[in-house]
Amino acid sequence: MTGFYTLFYKEWLRFWKVNVQTVLAPVLTALMFLLVFSHSLRGHVEVFPGVDYAAFLVPGLAMMSVLQNAFANSSSSLMQSKMTGNIVFVLLPPLSHGEFFLAYLLAAMARGLVVGCGVIAATVWFVDLPLEHPLWAFLFALFGSGILGALGIIAGIYSDKVDQLALFQNFIILPLTFLSGVFYSIQSLPPFWQGLSHLNPVFYMIDGFRYGFFGHADVQPLASLTIVAVCFFALSLITFWLIKTGYKLRQ
Amino acid sequence: MIPAIQVDQVSKNYGSLQALSSVSIEVPEGEFFGLLGPNGAGKTTLINILAGLVLASGGVARVMGYDVRGEYRQARRVLGVVPQELVFDPFFTVRETLTIQSGYFGLRNNQAWIDEVMHHLHLADKADTNMRALSGGMRRRVLVAQALVHKPPVIVLDEPTAGVDVELRQALWKFVRRLNRDGHTIVLTTHYLEEAEALCSRVAMLKQGQLVALDTTQNLLRMHSGCYIELRLEPDMLPQTLAPLVVEHREDGAYRLALKDYVDVEGVMAQLRTAQVRVQEMEVLRPDLEEVFVKIMNREG
Repeated sequence: MTGFYTLFYKEWLRFWKVNVQTVLAPVLTALMFLLVFSHSLRGHVEVFPGVDYAAFLVPGLAMMSVLQNAFANSSSSLMQSKMTGNIVFVLLPPLSHGEFFLAYLLAAMARGLVVGCGVIAATVWFVDLPLEHPLWAFLFALFGSGILGALGIIAGIYSDKVDQLALFQNFIILPLTFLSGVFYSIQSLPPFWQGLSHLNPVFYMIDGFRYGFFGHADVQPLASLTIVAVCFFALSLITFWLIKTGYKLRQ
Repeated sequence: MIPAIQVDQVSKNYGSLQALSSVSIEVPEGEFFGLLGPNGAGKTTLINILAGLVLASGGVARVMGYDVRGEYRQARRVLGVVPQELVFDPFFTVRETLTIQSGYFGLRNNQAWIDEVMHHLHLADKADTNMRALSGGMRRRVLVAQALVHKPPVIVLDEPTAGVDVELRQALWKFVRRLNRDGHTIVLTTHYLEEAEALCSRVAMLKQGQLVALDTTQNLLRMHSGCYIELRLEPDMLPQTLAPLVVEHREDGAYRLALKDYVDVEGVMAQLRTAQVRVQEMEVLRPDLEEVFVKIMNREG
């Protein structure tokens, strides 16, 4: 237990010691998205009946920040450790595969959730944001950050160079999060794009998370939660298996 | 008694490259053991297999009886490794680094031992300095300290003195000798053969992934019987009869003669007397591990 706790604590310190870059910067980015989009689209778009566009935007932006930062944390930590070689400090000790996995995962989730709370805290002053079902919102944030945290571990283990990790970030994570209904409801999309959106797991995370605030969603929240939970457990199994085999970590 | 390290027919292939081929070595508990060989001989591969950083293609490796694959947690708990690469985590101070490393090994209240290790490695006044701000030599000391936080019975040092100044080298050997006296098994790889000769009671030599020698340092030195004498003469004229013994005539005028036995020194002196040449300076040298090493490395292939 001490081994797991220490690795988690080390991972926590790693991002918290540079929180201007790892927490404050993404909060500021989300805030700017809110200012720009709400200014240019306010009055033109009403996504949910009776909900102001800026208010509609906030949970989506918060969730997007949760996901992107959870991914960034585990992937960049592993990547940097591999590049600098100090990954040996966690490979030499008797940490079990489960401890290794959980420590990186939970630290990634922690960073995602801290940033998500930061985004809500920074934007709640500008909009009228209800919180209809907090438990639902929390569950989606938890599973969402877990999925991206696990994906981050996979990307970090797989990538040997910074540009490989950038490929993951720019060609997988960014499109999946941007095209998931952060800025719009998929009801407004043409049928083809609506269908495609249903294949994007991030769509269910955003939609479910938003349900927690407005009590209104495009998809049944229980169905979304099931899909998200299944994704989480499947990815966790794959990640755990990668760590267990020592893929790219122990040659 | 269970050997501290047991390597049984261990092989490692990287594609078509055979980094280690069926190497078997046993190191009893408490020994100071040297692992020697030129670059690329497989020393680090073997160490990394023991440490679990590299997975062997064949064979079994055990540390204190624990299989490094099947019982990896127990095996890692009894092993401390000082890696060759000078790596560090730039986010932390020396004390944080050592406290975190202790935690990985399941140790919560380890400050007393951390202080002792820092004291012996002359790190105490750098305890609260960030790793980034340390010199290369200081970072090397921290690497040694990190390998020792859990008081491992088996300690592996992979070229710990490469590019290290005299002061650290001496402090390091003093501390490692003490650990060995206290019962720790030490495995050392180094390119400085005089270090290996002075420290290691037994030595293995690797060449292109194969074990080419495994014996006590004493036995290996005996392989090379005889001795050398170095002479400076007045007048500088070596008798013709001694010419076949000369292995080197240095620029400063000194001759190096190879003798089959120490008693042959007497004969050389007699001939010099007959030729009426006076010995200005003389030194008798015994063969060292470096010569044995070169001889073994050139023997095959």
